[in-house]
Amino acid sequence: MDVLLFTFFALVAIVGAVSLVVQKHPISSALSLVSVMVALSVLFLLLGAEFIAAAQLVVYSGAIMVLFVFVIMLLNAGAERESRKAGLAQFLGLPLTAALLVFASYVITQSMSNAKAVKFGAFTGGGPREVGWTLFTQYLLPFEVTSILILVAIAGAVVLARKEID
Amino acid sequence: MDFILLSILKTAIAAPVLLGTLAYLVWIERKVLAHVQLRIGPSRVGPHGLLQPIADAIKLLTKEDFIPSYVNKFYYWLAPWLALMFAVTAISVIPVGPVVEVFGIKTNMGQADISIGLLLILGLTGMGVYGIALAGWSSNNKYSLLGGLRSSAQMIAYELPMAMAIASPLLIVNTLNLREIVNAQAGYTFGIVPNWNVLGGGLQIFSFIIYLICAFAETNRIPFDLPEAENELVSGYNTEYSSMKFAAFFMAEYCNIITACSVATTLFLGGWHPIIPNELGGQFLPTLICMFFAGVLFYHALNPSRPSDRLSMGVIGAVILGLGLMFQVPVVKDLAQPLFWFASKAGFLIFFFIWVRGTVPRFRYDQLMRFAWLFLFPAALLNLLVTAFIVAVKSN
Repeated sequence: MDVLLFTFFALVAIVGAVSLVVQKHPISSALSLVSVMVALSVLFLLLGAEFIAAAQLVVYSGAIMVLFVFVIMLLNAGAERESRKAGLAQFLGLPLTAALLVFASYVITQSMSNAKAVKFGAFTGGGPREVGWTLFTQYLLPFEVTSILILVAIAGAVVLARKEID
Repeated sequence: MDFILLSILKTAIAAPVLLGTLAYLVWIERKVLAHVQLRIGPSRVGPHGLLQPIADAIKLLTKEDFIPSYVNKFYYWLAPWLALMFAVTAISVIPVGPVVEVFGIKTNMGQADISIGLLLILGLTGMGVYGIALAGWSSNNKYSLLGGLRSSAQMIAYELPMAMAIASPLLIVNTLNLREIVNAQAGYTFGIVPNWNVLGGGLQIFSFIIYLICAFAETNRIPFDLPEAENELVSGYNTEYSSMKFAAFFMAEYCNIITACSVATTLFLGGWHPIIPNELGGQFLPTLICMFFAGVLFYHALNPSRPSDRLSMGVIGAVILGLGLMFQVPVVKDLAQPLFWFASKAGFLIFFFIWVRGTVPRFRYDQLMRFAWLFLFPAALLNLLVTAFIVAVKSN
């Protein structure tokens, strides 16, 4: 059951990611990204990271991607037109991608050589209470710094938008 | 495997009940609206139009599923089912009763009991906007597109104050699990005022009001039904839809209303806890209420305004009386009483939704956005801050 669920949602995530790149229409690409986000959130859930799964669903697929789709619909962007492909990328693209994947999997297997198969339901430290506790004790400083960074970004966005209107 | 079997069994009970409720909600809405506007409402199919939902279902199932030639076929087909799927799934985490023991099996009354219940509902209802947005875009029709755009913008705008309004009672109950949220609201202040979050539990009346306003906007109901404003957008995002696809949108909308009202019930109105403590006769209240309604119906059966009322009012009255007596049968009691309280609280909120539809006119679009960002959001933020301050002072 564990392996079956993992394989299914991992496949959904990978197919969605490939489809995101391959699709011609921006809406199709955006929706492929949504399917990747949802599959990732299910994978988090299977690993016992409930809060992160919910946050992934609420923030990424529920808010950010809705905004993406909204903007694409508002601009009424049409299907992407095929540009003349760069000669070098045409030949090197696929081999280089394969090389990157092989390298990444090599590093992962090397650095975590004693990793065991995950038993779903074994890890239970991912509830909202645990995440909140670590966030506001152990990682308080990074958390606050990040929130200030986001605040600055929001203020910047508002200022930039103001200038456009004037 | 026991867990899976039990889940299938619960779903087999819950799914038909939900679908039946959805179908009859349309009848109830039409009847209530009709009486608000001094009309009679559906009255031709069956006694008091009670078979109208079945007639509607047959009509929608057998109608030709017309697909215009200019639509984007894949997304046009996908959109209604996407909307319906997320709407139906969100209901699965709502608990309608406490943990009960039936035939030696201990189980909770509700489909799934998870620690992130409330967040999951927020996530799934947030995903529901894709159905509407895609329907508007794929229809390739300017009215549909405008409806879809309005709906996305509205959902993004009202999700923020809604989340803020939900957060402040969460500060008091200190959990995200819907069952624990309800359990935290058990008991009575001074032995009479229920400890619900909206009353004795935390005086979260402002959160409740903000939540309700946002719920109206999130479910695209009047006064926030701009996405399907008939007099400017034909029928908005579902203009090009017919047959079962149209029905799917309709069901998704009603499903969202049920979810919003159930969440309000669990979060603010104490879920399945009775309004009067059991020591003061709270367990007899469901029977008394049913007996009252049965009495009204029997009176109308004896003094009928139409000849057919003599039979139909009498039969419905007898059914309600039987239902009322059921609340005192020893084994059934433990299941039926929590269900009664949950259903009557959620049902009252649904009635309120319909009531508002019959009373309030529609907003203008700029008013809607200004209201969300310039009034509702700051108000929700202030409410959250005050609640957080009170909780912090109390816990010290």
